[in-house]
Amino acid sequence: MPLLDVNNLRVDLPVEAGMLHAVRGIDFHVERGEMLCLVGESGCGKSMTSLALMGLLPRKARLSADRLEFDGTDLATLSERRRSDLRGARMAMIFQEPMTALNPAYTLGNQLCEGLIRHRGVSRREARERAIYLLGRVGISAAKERLDQYPHQLSGGLRQRVMIAMALMCEPDLIIADEPTTALDVTIQAQILRLLRELQQEFGTAVIFITHDLGVVARIADRVAVMYAGEVIESAPTPALYAAPGHPYTRGLLSCIPTPGRTLPGSRLQAIPGVVPSLVGDVKGCAFRNRCPQAQPTCERTPPLMSLPGDHRARCHFADRPVPAPRQPETMS
Amino acid sequence: MNVDSTIEIAGPRPLSTAPSASSTSRTPPALELCGLSKTFTLGGGLFKRGRALGAVSDVSLRIPRGQVMGLVGESGCGKSTLAKMLLGLTTPSEGDVLVDGKPLRGANQKALARHVQPIFQDPYSSLNPRKRIAQIVGLPLQVHGIGTARERAARVAETLDVVGLPRRAADQFPGQLSGGQRQRVAIARALIMRPDIVICDEPTSALDVSVQAQILNLLLDLKAEFGLTYLFISHDLAVVEHLVDRVAVMYLGRIVEEGTREQIFGAPRHPYTRALLDSALTPEPGLGVPDIGLGDAMPDPSDPPAGCAFHPRCPRAQPVCQQQRPRLEDIRGDNARVACHLA
Repeated sequence: MPLLDVNNLRVDLPVEAGMLHAVRGIDFHVERGEMLCLVGESGCGKSMTSLALMGLLPRKARLSADRLEFDGTDLATLSERRRSDLRGARMAMIFQEPMTALNPAYTLGNQLCEGLIRHRGVSRREARERAIYLLGRVGISAAKERLDQYPHQLSGGLRQRVMIAMALMCEPDLIIADEPTTALDVTIQAQILRLLRELQQEFGTAVIFITHDLGVVARIADRVAVMYAGEVIESAPTPALYAAPGHPYTRGLLSCIPTPGRTLPGSRLQAIPGVVPSLVGDVKGCAFRNRCPQAQPTCERTPPLMSLPGDHRARCHFADRPVPAPRQPETMS
Repeated sequence: MNVDSTIEIAGPRPLSTAPSASSTSRTPPALELCGLSKTFTLGGGLFKRGRALGAVSDVSLRIPRGQVMGLVGESGCGKSTLAKMLLGLTTPSEGDVLVDGKPLRGANQKALARHVQPIFQDPYSSLNPRKRIAQIVGLPLQVHGIGTARERAARVAETLDVVGLPRRAADQFPGQLSGGQRQRVAIARALIMRPDIVICDEPTSALDVSVQAQILNLLLDLKAEFGLTYLFISHDLAVVEHLVDRVAVMYLGRIVEEGTREQIFGAPRHPYTRALLDSALTPEPGLGVPDIGLGDAMPDPSDPPAGCAFHPRCPRAQPVCQQQRPRLEDIRGDNARVACHLA
């Protein structure tokens, strides 16, 4: 049994213009101890998915699912009280901007220990000891002194390390990390990602890592789910996704990033034309067809989730056909 | 741009011809920075002296006409302060900026704006939400008193064509456009004065990757068509490598390495440049996240470390690095400069 099993999850948000279908019936699962990357561009529903899992959706949002199970517990029908017993204890979250996620009025020690005291009923002294241990593990020197500091006294990279330590305090089974390194400089990003991956493997924690960066995904994910317009349009083990992407959108995303050694400097990049469709009101057929180089009249019908070899699925009518040659390839020999 | 010549803009305008490398030594570079510094004063008060913060220190650069100079470095390294000085939005504390060989100091802001135009990072905050696109793009013409209202409208329409926006966008508001379309508006506004030099400050950082490719293609097309000179500021090294002819790497207000794209990306000599390149995560599964071996002792810009400012994080630092600041020098005579005792 997977740790997290999601089937036909929908999130609808009433907006001025009608009903916004932010998440449109997605399926995915997370195994114990694995790193699943949810990747997609802004507005694809990846953050709404994470908030739905954590039970942190905006109040007016409507959630429905055929199955939303965390370790056998149905999250969709859970009372708010039981939900908050899970949150922080067995499911933890790391946000993009640690400065807004940390409370500026409390010391780091206070914030680190709060969850452990609340969920595990340990003494303040024991909680402080664990906090000191974990701060050391995330590479923060003079951990004991840091406990009495406030968030503003730390740099962005250090704050994100504190967030990781905080997420690990109760030894959760699942951590949801929503773009945790996007606000950081590249050298710091590499250090934080390395740390997160090491700790995740050491503690056997499952992680849902949400990002828009296919470079990051390639380097850390065990499996990938690609989202577009509120749907998971492709999922696969990481090597398979990069070696043989089955959905035209995934292929488009991969070919539009300049990659040293593969794209000729100064050459035209293969852009994906057009823009993401509005998700207000009903979306019919394949949501990508207006931007897709291979679109056919068939695409006006909802595409099935096609199975490809090796636990690889793509939501495209033509996922099992040979990939057409890219237009005007300008690659290095 | 197939602009009919009813509107004349004064000033030398060698637009479509990018000079060959040999001619750049004789003609002045499009943009030259000579010992440029900017110092801010922090804190201080009636009876207290503030602390000096050197945001940019002694930066010298030459950007030949028609070339793209990339400027990379992490947040707070002084990239954006440098851009502001080039645009005349901040006065340098020391040093000079030469545009076409003429010093910017004392030049009037309007004349400068005809030569140098910016494209900023965030097309959501850099466009006035209450103005229509036609007004936003046409405003520079109005400010400079160029043409009649009808001529200006024609010029706006042509410029929208050039940047790939539909003509109907002219009557829309920024809120009705997508991020990519807004950045096209910002590019149109920068180009309408037909500048020689465009300062691109993280122009695609706020955009999704599929849209980023469209904008990068557009910037390359425009450069080829109008012989533009770009200073391209970015933290995305793959994008920089794709776009630029030369690269300057900044750390804590100073340039630590400068050279051609091949020199910097092929054989980086400064440990900081090397760390930056190692940190760039290309979409290649199986490689894992590299251990870049840098300390994360981020320096305080108002109290920079003695000697080489990078030494507290440098994996190769020697005693000399703590005492003496390395000079940015062309050590090998190959027109590449590096500031490192160990290079």
